[in-house]
Amino acid sequence: MSNAVYYAVCGVLVLGVLIGINGMSKVKSSVAGNSLSAVCTLLAILVTLYKYGVLSDLLLWLALAAGSVAGIVAAMRVRMIQMPQAVALLNGLGGAASALVAVVSLSGGLSGLFSLITAGLAMAVGMLTLIGSLVAAAKLHGKMNPRPQILPNHQGIISSAILATVAGIVCMGIFTDGVLLFVASAVCLVSSSLFGWYFAIRVGGADMPVAISLLNSFSGVAGSIAGMAISDPLLVAVGGVVGASGLLLTQVMCRAMNRSLSGVLLGSAASPAKTDSAPPAPAAAVAAPAAKADPLGDAAARLKNARRVIIVPGYGMAVAQAQSLVKQLSDRLEASGKEVEFAIHPVAGRMPGHMNVLLAEANVPYEQLRELDEINPAFTGCDAAIVIGANDVVNPAANSAEGTPIYGMPILEAEKAESVIVCNFDLKPGYAGVENPLYSMDKTSLLLGDAKDTLTSLMACMQG
Amino acid sequence: MNPLLLIGLFIVAALVGYRLIGNVPSLLHTPLMSGMNALSGITVLGALFVTGLAVHTHSRLLGFIAIVLAMFNVVGGFGVTHRMLRMFRNRATANKEAAHE
Repeated sequence: MSNAVYYAVCGVLVLGVLIGINGMSKVKSSVAGNSLSAVCTLLAILVTLYKYGVLSDLLLWLALAAGSVAGIVAAMRVRMIQMPQAVALLNGLGGAASALVAVVSLSGGLSGLFSLITAGLAMAVGMLTLIGSLVAAAKLHGKMNPRPQILPNHQGIISSAILATVAGIVCMGIFTDGVLLFVASAVCLVSSSLFGWYFAIRVGGADMPVAISLLNSFSGVAGSIAGMAISDPLLVAVGGVVGASGLLLTQVMCRAMNRSLSGVLLGSAASPAKTDSAPPAPAAAVAAPAAKADPLGDAAARLKNARRVIIVPGYGMAVAQAQSLVKQLSDRLEASGKEVEFAIHPVAGRMPGHMNVLLAEANVPYEQLRELDEINPAFTGCDAAIVIGANDVVNPAANSAEGTPIYGMPILEAEKAESVIVCNFDLKPGYAGVENPLYSMDKTSLLLGDAKDTLTSLMACMQG
Repeated sequence: MNPLLLIGLFIVAALVGYRLIGNVPSLLHTPLMSGMNALSGITVLGALFVTGLAVHTHSRLLGFIAIVLAMFNVVGGFGVTHRMLRMFRNRATANKEAAHE
């Protein structure tokens, strides 16, 4: 294949991928868009095999087949609730592959300053993605402590790891001698892995959507840089698109929490202001709801009389696996002529858009799922807001409690509803560690306990 | 290819991608992310290239691993994205399905 034809084909394939991504802007065209991107990727593989004359290399086909089978099995078996860790894990594999591409091309006698430096960079970003994603996946899967952890000398080690990585990459460009090049690569490999570990272990809980988005961006950048090392324009272009996408989502997540990226990464919420305010406050919060003798009957009565209801789901709903009960409740309310909508906060859950996927799986039509800006004005005219396993995203303290981690964060204004029903596990403050004044409001019925049990008894009570 | 051309290509691709992805509603952010994730497995192209041209056995072996991992990423990523996107139904289809049950 002549170079001109090859570049033209590459152009068409990149265009195909972009059109596929564009299809994701509407639900209707999204399935076709995803398929188009997949087909373009497949074609890109075939074109690459043909271009380098390795179509007959059996080992390559064997590897492609093995990876595909594993991928299909994993894609069919993973449960929707496990999606955040599945995405994190897959992401890590992409990073590992990019790092390996760099290693193999280095051992194959790569030459030229640009190629050597980019190979070093690809190795570093790939390893950072791999280790960071593995830590994130382990945290999300409960195999590691999901809270942010600060290890002794955390910042010092991170700074040294970055310095060592950069030094390794620079040396890779300078040393032409085989042994020295090997040592420089090894330093780069180890220190970037260390950076990945220390970076990911400090992020946790509700900050996870940011970490996942950022790692997603890294995996694209790693691929793109690996493409630069071996002069593959297709890899450079698609990697660039993925890098941009991850970055955009990272920004969206940070804005939704009103936090800076560095704030999230440096774990500024890891030591929230709860140190002195938390112990006495829960007592006050517990005292208030005691005023209500029968919150369950109260809530059921309010729902019966309501005409417009807004449901606010949070990570607690996912943990309790209560999404299909939530759908049942919504169906029942709709059947009795009420208007039901779902208010979805951008950072509810553990990855961007997490709640939408869980509710879609439970068969909730997507017209009912409303974004923050769209739904907030509707709380004022709404008779009952049902909060299910959400806390920080409905905490009115975000408007007033200066100095707390959630101050300034855009929230779902559930407190503006006529009445509020909170189905949360307990009265503990949310991830940010800030007391929620919503709990002690007069119009709030607190139904504490596992969301599944609470919803079952609430529905039973509504029938009775 | 000229290094400057490659860097230029990276920048242009990133800018175009950034614009397109800005249009994706937050409703679809999870499938968007897993779809992008699948695309990051495009590094399989690089893996095929270096492995196909590698001569040493150890390089071939490392390359083999790289292809398997990247392909896992591609196929698994597109697979879960497809599964998720198929779950999003509008009210009409959801009602139809409910009637069938």
